[in-house]
Amino acid sequence: MKSSTAATKVLGLVTLTGTVATVWLGLWVTPPDAVQGDLVRILYLHAPVAWIAYLAFGITALASILYLWPRTRDRRWDLLAGASAEIGVVCTALTLAIGSIWGRGSWGVWWTWDARLTTTVLLLALFLGYLALRRVPGDVEVRSRRAAIAALVAAVDIPIVHMSVTWWRTLHQPPSVLKPDFLHPSIHGSMAWTLLLGFLSLTVGYAWLLIHRYRVEQMEDELEQHGLDIAIAERRAEAELVRP
Amino acid sequence: MWHDAVLVAGKDLRIEARSRVAMNQVAPFAVLVLVLFAFAIDPNRGVLARTAPGLFWIAVLFSALLAVQRSFTLEAADGARDSLRMAGLDGAGVFLGKAAAIALELLGLEVVLGVGVVVLYGSDLHGPLLLLLTCLLSTAGLAAAGTVYGVVAAGLRVRETLLPLLVLPVVAPVLLAATRATEAILDGRASWADPWLRILAVFTVIYVAFGVLAFGPLLEES
Repeated sequence: MKSSTAATKVLGLVTLTGTVATVWLGLWVTPPDAVQGDLVRILYLHAPVAWIAYLAFGITALASILYLWPRTRDRRWDLLAGASAEIGVVCTALTLAIGSIWGRGSWGVWWTWDARLTTTVLLLALFLGYLALRRVPGDVEVRSRRAAIAALVAAVDIPIVHMSVTWWRTLHQPPSVLKPDFLHPSIHGSMAWTLLLGFLSLTVGYAWLLIHRYRVEQMEDELEQHGLDIAIAERRAEAELVRP
Repeated sequence: MWHDAVLVAGKDLRIEARSRVAMNQVAPFAVLVLVLFAFAIDPNRGVLARTAPGLFWIAVLFSALLAVQRSFTLEAADGARDSLRMAGLDGAGVFLGKAAAIALELLGLEVVLGVGVVVLYGSDLHGPLLLLLTCLLSTAGLAAAGTVYGVVAAGLRVRETLLPLLVLPVVAPVLLAATRATEAILDGRASWADPWLRILAVFTVIYVAFGVLAFGPLLEES
C-alpha cells in the first residue's frame, strides 16, 4: 500500500492553499472588529478548529456504531474511529489553547468556568481515555469492541455533561460575557468569507489527515501480520532442522 | 434476567460479607478523605460546612472507583469470569447484579460518610426523603457507569490506572448534579421537581439501559 496517492496530494494542496489564504485574509485583509478589535482574528482559526473537533468525534461515534453493528462489522471501521479520534483530541486541545489565548485578551483571564469551556475540557478527557484504551496491548478484536463501546459511552455522555454544566453556570449566575451569540449574530463581508474559507480548508485538511492516519494504521496491521508470517516460517524452519 | 441479577448481586454481597474489604478498607479510606479535606480547607471559617456536599460526593466518587475495581478483581481471580460466562447467565442480569451490589455497598458507605459530614463538618441535615432520593439516584448512576467501564477495563494490565481516566469524566455530571441537589436540600430550597434530580434520573436511566445492552457482548469476548 502506498502512503500517498494523487487524491491525497490534491487534498493536501487544497488544505495548504486554503489555510494560507485564510491566514492572509484573517491577518491582513479583514478589518478589525468594532468591539473586539484585532482579537477577532483568532476566531478565524478558533471556530474552524472547534468544528473539526466535533466533526472528528462525530465520525468516531458513527464508525464505532458501524463496527458494533453485526451486519457492518469490519476492522476498517475501528481503524477509522481511532484515526478520527486522534485528530479530534488534537483539535480539542488546540481549541482550548487558542480559546484560552483569545479569552486572555478578551476577558482578561485564561480560563473561566463557562459551560462550553467546561464541556470541551471534559470532552478532551473522555477521548484521551478512549485513546488510552486503544493503546492497551492485547487481542485486537476484544480491544476494538471495548473501544467502540467506550466511544459510544463518551458520545452519549456529552449531551448530559453539556446540559448539566449549562445549568450549573446559569442557575447560579447569568452568563455575562459569554452569551451564545457573542460572535455577533450578523457578521458579514470579508469577515464571513474568511471564516467560511477557514471552515472549508480545515475540513479538507481533516479529510487529508484522516486518510493518511488510516493508511498508517492499515500499514501497521500489515506489518504485524507480515512479522507473524516470518516468525511462523522461522519456527517451521527450526522444526525442519531438528527432524531426522 | 432479574433472577440472574439477584444471584450475581447475592454472590458479590456474600463475598463482601465474608471478606469485609469494603467495610474494612474502603470505608476507612473514605472517612480519611473527609479528614484530609479538613486539613486542606480551613475548618474555622465555615468553608467546610458550605462545601460539605461537594466534598461528600467527591469522597463517594473515589470510593466508587475502589468498589468497581474490587468488584472486577473478584472476577479476575481463579478464572471466575469464565465460570460466570459458562454458567449461562444472562449478560444483562450479570450487569444489573454487579451494579446493584456496588450500589448497595456505596449506599452503606454514604451512611457512614453522612454521619462523618455531620460530625466532622458540622452540617445540618434537612429533607431526609429528598436526600435519600438524591443518594439513590446518584448511587445507581455511579454504579451503572462504573460497572460498564469496569468490564471495559477488566483483564487489562493497566486497569488500575485506566479506570479512573475512563470513569471520572463520564460521571462528572453525577458529581455536579448530586452536589447541587444536596446543597439545595441542605439549604431547604429544594423540591421534588428539582432540575438536578431530573438530570440524575436521566443519567441513571441512560447508563442502566446502556449497560443492559452492552454488557453481554463485553462479557462474552476476552
